[in-house]
Amino acid sequence: MRAYRRVPPGVHPPEDPAYRSTVLRHPLEPLIEIPQTISEITGPSYPYEVVGPVDNDLTRQHTGAPIGERIIVEGRVLDDNGRPLPHALVEIWQANACGRYAHEVDTHDAPLDPNFSGTGRTLTDEEGRYRFVTIKPGHYPWGNHYNAWRPAHIHFSVLGPGFLTRLVTQMYFPGDPLQPLDPIFNSVREPEIRQRMVSSFDIDLTIPDWALGFRWDIVLRGRDATPALV
Amino acid sequence: MAGITPSQTAGPYFGILLRGRAECRQVTDATHGARISIEGRVLDGAGNGISDALIETWQADAGGRYCHPEDCRPQPADPAFNGFGWAHTREDGGYRFETIKPGRVPAPDGSNQAPHVVVSVMGRGILTRFITRIYFEDEPANTDDPILGLVPTVRRDTLIARRVADGHYVFDIVMQGPRETVFFDV
Repeated sequence: MRAYRRVPPGVHPPEDPAYRSTVLRHPLEPLIEIPQTISEITGPSYPYEVVGPVDNDLTRQHTGAPIGERIIVEGRVLDDNGRPLPHALVEIWQANACGRYAHEVDTHDAPLDPNFSGTGRTLTDEEGRYRFVTIKPGHYPWGNHYNAWRPAHIHFSVLGPGFLTRLVTQMYFPGDPLQPLDPIFNSVREPEIRQRMVSSFDIDLTIPDWALGFRWDIVLRGRDATPALV
Repeated sequence: MAGITPSQTAGPYFGILLRGRAECRQVTDATHGARISIEGRVLDGAGNGISDALIETWQADAGGRYCHPEDCRPQPADPAFNGFGWAHTREDGGYRFETIKPGRVPAPDGSNQAPHVVVSVMGRGILTRFITRIYFEDEPANTDDPILGLVPTVRRDTLIARRVADGHYVFDIVMQGPRETVFFDV
């Protein structure tokens, strides 16, 4: 078994008082460093048979088409050695075109769309590729501070090859004016690292007369070059 | 080398994702091992329950095998046990898993680890996944566990689930405060 390299500092965001809910929810004691064992190098895989044929097309999960701008989101799941990761479960959840989630906790005064549940799942192919068809999520306000609005984003959940590659993150869209104002986006302090969360518009992925394409690669922890006995 | 994608909070609405999955059911009639329940609350620094945390668990089967291609030891894993659990906390921050007592698995130094479950904590107000472990109060092997041995003695009991009845354990996850759970850098 080969161990995973440690994540460099600055990648995963620390507690950030600008995002108020973190203040009582991030540990204050330092993390305790432990060696990787078989428990962390192995990891969960979701039962694959539950991924259905339209699970990666959020525009075809109901009798009618959802309101909004149809888009394609495609990319690869890689490790940080650049190696594609096949059979990774990629799941998404998002607001509808008006900026409302189909969740009872969301009380934003924007309409629900009976033709949009806002969740999808797929497995990466042999080259690590995933693809979703969805609608562009709307902006929505939140209670963090006066006049706080989230930049448009899609939540991503990725189960890679091991427990240590688990990643929950958000994909953003290029050129969104709310990004510089958003404490969650800016919790990643280094601009270069932050930019990894922003997808690119891709004309080659765009389908004429049908939908714009956005490309976004997801990079998970990679392994050490030398095998470790664990 | 490509740069690792940063983590972001799961936010308050990940429940819609879990709703779309099949139910999290770890144990069936065919699963080998002693049935147990692990329940507890996820608490913030003010002692209040966190109602929008996502808890994930990963564990070995009763024989100490992981359902994973990299566990290549001769005895195969129990085909009726997947080892993956997940739960959205309730309004009061509570969670509950019905599972089996995991067997012992090897440690890097060639010894065996005490039975344990590895845990991820995510959710609203949590920007990065936090990793901890659940050990069991009634396991004598805890004394020699090489991972527990790296934890200062005074904080070790934050990783040990209390046995409240036969097969029933309680494990609270305290994000902050005097009884803050130990979280790991792995």
